[in-house]
Amino acid sequence: MKRRFILKFKRNTIDKPIVYKLAKDYHLVFNILRANISPKADSMMVLEIEGDEGDFRKGLEYLKGMNLDVEPIEQDVKRDEEKCVHCGVCASVCPPNALYVNKETYRVDFDYERCVACEHCVKVCPVKAIHVYFD
Amino acid sequence: MKTIDEINEKIKSGKVVVVTAEEMVEIAKEKGMKKAAEYVDVVTTGTFGPMCSSGMFMNLGHSKPRIKIGGGKCLLNDVPAYCGIAAVDIYLGATSIPDDDPRNMVYPGEFKYGGGHVIEEFIRGKDIRLVAYGYGTDCYPNKRIETYINKENVNEAYLYNPRNSYQNYNVAVNLSNRILYTYMGILKPRLQSANYCSAGQLSPLLKDPKYRTIGIGTRIFLGGGIGYVAWNGTQHNPDVLRSEDGLPRAGAGTIATIGDAKQMDSKFVRGASFIGYGVSLFIGLGIPIPVLDEEMAYYTSRSDEDFYAQVVDYSNDYPNRIPKSLGEVNYAQLRSGKINLAGTEIPAFPISSYSKAREIASILKAWIKEGSFLLTNPVAPIPGVGSGIKMNTLEERVPDILFTGETE
Repeated sequence: MKRRFILKFKRNTIDKPIVYKLAKDYHLVFNILRANISPKADSMMVLEIEGDEGDFRKGLEYLKGMNLDVEPIEQDVKRDEEKCVHCGVCASVCPPNALYVNKETYRVDFDYERCVACEHCVKVCPVKAIHVYFD
Repeated sequence: MKTIDEINEKIKSGKVVVVTAEEMVEIAKEKGMKKAAEYVDVVTTGTFGPMCSSGMFMNLGHSKPRIKIGGGKCLLNDVPAYCGIAAVDIYLGATSIPDDDPRNMVYPGEFKYGGGHVIEEFIRGKDIRLVAYGYGTDCYPNKRIETYINKENVNEAYLYNPRNSYQNYNVAVNLSNRILYTYMGILKPRLQSANYCSAGQLSPLLKDPKYRTIGIGTRIFLGGGIGYVAWNGTQHNPDVLRSEDGLPRAGAGTIATIGDAKQMDSKFVRGASFIGYGVSLFIGLGIPIPVLDEEMAYYTSRSDEDFYAQVVDYSNDYPNRIPKSLGEVNYAQLRSGKINLAGTEIPAFPISSYSKAREIASILKAWIKEGSFLLTNPVAPIPGVGSGIKMNTLEERVPDILFTGETE
């Protein structure tokens, strides 16, 4: 199985080689989609991990035991459905095409599986309908 | 073949056949023009896009003691409103922004709040903070007032939009090497994106391309309530390049619209922030078009394939007013998400909402079906094809005195 997570590091976790552990001890394929690591502030990483179910579960347990917050990406990147007018401006700047115009409904669909939490859409949305919660 | 009065009789007796512009495309394909003209009475259209040339007139009521805001200054949630009219009449424009907004000083500016947002909040029924200054007169002694207004406590509040519902528009691209922040959204460098802004086959004025049925006084859907066409819109330019059958191939006609803001719904009037550009207002607008004869059946059934738009460079040509088109594409291509410009494939993105346009056309259809919305004969036409209108430009000039150095 394959999923994307947002990892939030506390200051005392950033020196731990967690990605190495995921690969070596739990045989997980990792793909770092975005990382903002700083010794001075709380840090975040958008990480895609892939592996068989047992390894995947154990890997997640390892992460959760490391004083990290591990959240599925859709929990932290949210679109306010009341606010969205489906204009399409976000789709024009979304690098992985996670936001795209559905060719039947002509509404803007949001495929969280493709989102890398780059926040381009947050800045350009004319009605400020997209929020990313990294706290 | 049919008159608007006859169609209204059908609406009143519940016998009217009303379809959306999308449905009309299919009906005409199936039945042919003659039968479609006989069968369908009304075609509803819709559009929902950012329309900067919009705003709201209000009469605030008189304070005790009275204040003459006219000729003074007036702020609504810190956004300046125009008050160069009578004592407590004001006009809040969609693009107005607070004096202390940093604008594009830190580029690109965010423009998080402005007139469009205040109008949306007002329509939602929220309290709006009013701060106004007058200079004081014998009859209006008060010089400053600070209070809250909302749609229950002002007298009139109506949108008056000098230019809405453009009949077709440019497709914006960027030939330069840097990203552009425009009113057409974000344009990626080197032709990596093409942005367009029209509901195409649902767009009101495209479905009555020669303004046969849409004129001054036409009753319309405006912002979720009922509005009217007040005049032709500013920059109304009917004599642009047209197809043989009369469909405009570039931005052409426009309408000025008016409607009671108190009856509107914030679902269809939404403040908008365009990064690096400014504040605007999304407006939902729909017009019913009576199918008077075969010609109107033909026009109302034109589809996205039939409507062409010009591709314009916004890095150099548009800002410098160079009237150049890089090519033509139709709305079927645009809506497919890709256009082909002289061999280059470019991803295409809308900045107006086609799904909202659909919703508006459906709502208008329902209103007409249930008999709550009657069609109108225009009181007077708006200038049509061949009217000889030319767009004037603004040329800079300085007083002669600067050249001669002479004074009287």
